[in-house]
Amino acid sequence: MSTSPSPADPRQPPPPAAPATDRLAVVAAGGQVEPEVHERVRQTPAVLEIDRFNLWYGTKQALHSITMPIPHGKVTALIGPSGCGKSTLLRSVNRLNDLVPSVRITGEMRLNGDPIYDQRMDVIELRKRMGMVFQRPNPFPMSIYENVVYALRIDGESRRAVLDEVCERSLRGAALWDEVKDRLGESALGLSGGQQQRLCIARAIAAEPEVLLLDEPCSALDPIATGKIEDLIQELRGLYSVLIVTHNMQQASRSSDYTAFMYLGRLIEYGPTTDIFTKPVLRETEAYVTGRFG
Amino acid sequence: MSSDPLRRRRSTHAALAAHGEAWVWLTGGCLALAMAMIIGLLGYIVSEGVATFWPRPIELVELTDGRKVLGEETGRDKAPDGTGRRLIRTANFELTGKHFEWFADGDVTATTRPAEATVVERLEGGRFQGFPTRLLHGDEVVAAGGEEAWRGFREHHPDVRRRWREAWRIDKGDRGELQRKLRAARLAVVRAGLATGADSPAAVAATAAEKVVATEVEAQERRLDERTAELRAGNEGWGLEFTTASGETVVLPLADIVRAWQPNKLSFQERLGVYASRWGEFLGDDPREANSAGGVFPAIWGTIAMTLIMALLVAPFGVLAALYLREYASRGPMTAAVRIAINNLAGVPSIVYGAFGLGFFCYVLGGSIDELLFRPALVADGQPTFGTGGLLWASLTLALLTLPVVIVATEEALSAVPNSMREGSYACGASKWQTIRRIVLPRALPGIMTGLILAMARGAGEVAPLMLVGVKKLALDLPIDGTFPFVHPEREFMHLAYLIYDVGFQSPNSQAAKPMVFTITFLLVAIIALLNVAAIWIRGRLRRRYVSQQF
Repeated sequence: MSTSPSPADPRQPPPPAAPATDRLAVVAAGGQVEPEVHERVRQTPAVLEIDRFNLWYGTKQALHSITMPIPHGKVTALIGPSGCGKSTLLRSVNRLNDLVPSVRITGEMRLNGDPIYDQRMDVIELRKRMGMVFQRPNPFPMSIYENVVYALRIDGESRRAVLDEVCERSLRGAALWDEVKDRLGESALGLSGGQQQRLCIARAIAAEPEVLLLDEPCSALDPIATGKIEDLIQELRGLYSVLIVTHNMQQASRSSDYTAFMYLGRLIEYGPTTDIFTKPVLRETEAYVTGRFG
Repeated sequence: MSSDPLRRRRSTHAALAAHGEAWVWLTGGCLALAMAMIIGLLGYIVSEGVATFWPRPIELVELTDGRKVLGEETGRDKAPDGTGRRLIRTANFELTGKHFEWFADGDVTATTRPAEATVVERLEGGRFQGFPTRLLHGDEVVAAGGEEAWRGFREHHPDVRRRWREAWRIDKGDRGELQRKLRAARLAVVRAGLATGADSPAAVAATAAEKVVATEVEAQERRLDERTAELRAGNEGWGLEFTTASGETVVLPLADIVRAWQPNKLSFQERLGVYASRWGEFLGDDPREANSAGGVFPAIWGTIAMTLIMALLVAPFGVLAALYLREYASRGPMTAAVRIAINNLAGVPSIVYGAFGLGFFCYVLGGSIDELLFRPALVADGQPTFGTGGLLWASLTLALLTLPVVIVATEEALSAVPNSMREGSYACGASKWQTIRRIVLPRALPGIMTGLILAMARGAGEVAPLMLVGVKKLALDLPIDGTFPFVHPEREFMHLAYLIYDVGFQSPNSQAAKPMVFTITFLLVAIIALLNVAAIWIRGRLRRRYVSQQF
């Protein structure tokens, strides 16, 4: 994106004298920095465009003028220390933050060109175009089958053949079909944690979403279950546009095509994953991905 | 003294309070005390309630002044002067004017248990106790001598009883049916008169129709009269002659005898037979003798019907109110105030609800319904239909009374539904209502059931408001029966909890009624327990289905 965020906010005091490269210190002091967005990101077609997006919880600003395109058909990882606004950004994409009464936003997001925060946008319809998976598995209190076809059910779909087909396709897509095909009628709450999370992924892809939002999908899972989910993300690559929040550096480097580094509500650096992890432009990014900070 | 903390001497044992041992004892002791009280109370009720109908031996007591008394010993204590005394159920009220009498131990010279001593339960007048001597039929002596008379009684009594029952059924059922028909015809006349004027063709036609019905009913009544006269004639003259302990001779009509047994002679099986028969009457028959004897069937029916209707009314109402409060209302001082108000509502004395129910439901709502729909009845005989206490109004009043319980429990159940489930549903594109209906409500259902169980237990045991809104001392017409339209929500009804009060504290023969009170209490507790067990079973199934281990 070529739009540059406004320089320092005029209301804020000027950033304190710090080495020009130490952007993190500038940000910590409340200043603004120019994000380092690699050229290759700008050249890829975007499924989702985030444009000068600000978000406040009450009076506290959680996101500062985020501008980034999310490439179509790729896996994009959001990394950064706790509290940097990754999850908030993710939840802003499908407007789950609307449920929090004190949230206020400015700026714009576009899903395949449609403005997400437009007055005329029906938020229910918007969410049907996206799938989301949460930190902790949250299967619904119903059967495995009904969990997967939930999105279709609430849309009023009741043709058994359609539901059966979607259920099998989604469970196969989430690499869960073979484990549960004989007990689709049983309660989803009886599955193991890893299976529950893959079920949630199956539920998220059942309605053929344009974007798949994953909010630290492995943070509540053991290493083996995590490995399965990561394999699954590899398989989803190319089929879906995936935006994943992760704390795990290895996970980001293994399973994503693009990586964005965020800090205290600002985008710091954004580029192809290989570049971010091997030859980042900024010292700060290098310090974070190598574990010297964060 | 050194204040150096490093040099402070350390105790080898932590303080008692730090170990927490004392708290285990304190908490455990409190629980044990609570359990002891509950188990003691329930155990007392159960043991007394179960023993009521067991036929106990009957003693012939001889006194120093030469009197002889026959009766069951029902109690013993110390007289004020320190000597022992016993309470004997002497019965034979028409001879002595007493049902029970105290005798000092010093006045008793001998007690025996004569095998022929017989206890008779009668339709009225309380028990009779004596020795059978002859079985009579008119002027004829069918059997003479104690054993023969008793055998004859056992042979003929069932037939007499059967005839009596049939006559009773005709009087209660068939005649009531005819009266209802007659009343309907009369109301039709009044309705036509009100609608089109007393001289209108419609009114004239209705009057003619009433005449037809009246003659028809009269003919049928005559037929019934003949039948009952025939039945009564069959019973006429049958009598069992007794000699009492004090030597008087009394003839009891067989038709008046509900049941008789010779308790000192009974084998264990026969004892069980009498016990079962008395329980059968208790559970399945109408009360007699001002509720202190006979059955409580109408009260059982009324209690269950009222509790279930109350649950059906309060459940949707309370759940919807709680849904708005928890899911839709924005958090703020207003919601907090509403919540506090609801909690306080649970503390309002129940008699206040009764007064409200009488004033609003019976008089305002019921009065309006009468004005609109039952005006003919009001005009014809000045009798309100809905404008007085009844099953519907009692159920509504109790629903109002238990509403706070349901709202609070439902709210808690709703807030226990993890937010992640709601968010997951929203993220799938579900609307708020879809999320509530498909995710939140099923998941909260077991908790809501808990609230309903509490409400039912509270409602079924409530007496004070019911006295104002429809519970009666005696109401033999059941609120749900075989007469069209089968459910009669306007009818007054009987209730076990009110029966406890009535039998225990309003009965003219309170000593004899005391065991009944225990049995009724036992029955009420058992019914509430049964309703609760059913609800808990449903809750368990729901819980297995909707709320399982979250890994």
